[in-house]
Amino acid sequence: MMKSAHWVRNLGELIRRTSTDLPADVELSIRKALHNEKRGSHAAWILSTILQNIILSRKKNVPLCQDTGTLIFYFSVPVGFDTNALAACTREAVADATQKGFLRQNTIDAITGESFSTNIAPSSPVLCFQQGARKTVDVRLVMKGGGSENVSIQYSLPDENLRAGRDIEGVRKCILDAIWKAQGNGCAPGILGICVGGDRSSGYWHAKEQFLRKLGDKSEVKILAKLEENIMKDARKLGIGPMGIGGQSTLLGVKIGAISRLPASYFVTISYMCWALRRRGVLLGPEGGVQRWLY
Amino acid sequence: MKTLQYPFNETILKSLQIGEEVVVNGRLYTGRDRVHKYIAQGGLIHVDIKNSAIFHCGPLVVKNGDKWNVLALGPTTSLRHESYMPIIIEKYKIKLILGKGGMGEITRNACRQYGCVYLQLPGGAAAFLAEKVKKVNGVYFLKEFGTTEAMWDFMVEDLHAIVAIDYRGRSIFKKVQISSHKKLKQLISE
Repeated sequence: MMKSAHWVRNLGELIRRTSTDLPADVELSIRKALHNEKRGSHAAWILSTILQNIILSRKKNVPLCQDTGTLIFYFSVPVGFDTNALAACTREAVADATQKGFLRQNTIDAITGESFSTNIAPSSPVLCFQQGARKTVDVRLVMKGGGSENVSIQYSLPDENLRAGRDIEGVRKCILDAIWKAQGNGCAPGILGICVGGDRSSGYWHAKEQFLRKLGDKSEVKILAKLEENIMKDARKLGIGPMGIGGQSTLLGVKIGAISRLPASYFVTISYMCWALRRRGVLLGPEGGVQRWLY
Repeated sequence: MKTLQYPFNETILKSLQIGEEVVVNGRLYTGRDRVHKYIAQGGLIHVDIKNSAIFHCGPLVVKNGDKWNVLALGPTTSLRHESYMPIIIEKYKIKLILGKGGMGEITRNACRQYGCVYLQLPGGAAAFLAEKVKKVNGVYFLKEFGTTEAMWDFMVEDLHAIVAIDYRGRSIFKKVQISSHKKLKQLISE
């Protein structure tokens, strides 16, 4: 039986950090984006306000964005670990964090429209458990706001309108079309998590898993790494800019993964993440003590 | 830099050009999905919002004793309110809309027809923007819609924004949309 207080406290700390303190790789990419914009431009004004906000939320210990989003927890646990107890501790930590104001009351009953005051509801938070080889519990949390989720999109190839076939060039066309359709509505400059293949649900799941990658890395698959690089260049050329107000900084990153598909299906799934990619992780020991913070 | 303050000066509003940076001071009412739907469908509100400013926003507010504490506040995607906006602009003579991402043709036309200006704020900069709220005057529909979707009456100070749709219905977003579409076509046919 696990001592729950330890776990609840440290999972709560993970939520606090994720909500108030943007990871270094994301902050760095925003600094780089600002550097590339013309001084005195609207784009530069928006990016510098965003940077001031990142520093302020960290200092004041408040959420950096009011939309604290869908909470997606990825757990990797040792063999034989009690995941039911871990799920209960996580829910308790979420309710605590909501009460303390690190999370907004952000969960609505889809039919009655009523708000759940603790953010604990069916499918909230999202918990994903898998078994790992290590003796520690690896927990990663991604918070994804609704504005960015709304502009995420899935294509089924071939697509006649885009003249996109079932090949890498077809995938490229879908991605560019998605960036154009999103304009500034997902809080550009965004980060794209993309999945080629899968079915309709695994496509989105795998696309979102790409947000666990650091912005500086590239795909280990050569052809995808090349595509990631090209999309970044093309996104600049589109000139959509921060919040869709014009400028070069349309995207901060593109992360593409691929999974198998059926002969009949060829999905390209694009999950849009706002500039506020809130992602943190922690390794917890057998008693729930912090061994190491990730990211 | 021009300052916009409730009650709004019509001459200043008329003089604003898209792309111009402005400062907003004074009273703002927040409203998002549920408030817009409710008002547009003829629901009654117990406060006079005539000639005022509507801020597309769902803040993170907590209560400490009797006092409301605004921890995080930022614009939500304005486009979701596109179908309700003209009705509200016309009925309440709304002069200023604050949000993010811009609005579509229907609102653009309503801005031109009834005289209203849309301001763009940086999305997600919620800790920064929360500092601009100097006072919570009150809150409406708290019980019905909850803290996130309620209509808040805030006093703000030194809130900077960019004019994105002007009094004549010109839109910065429309320009970007058209130019980026041209570029998209080129990139796709390469």
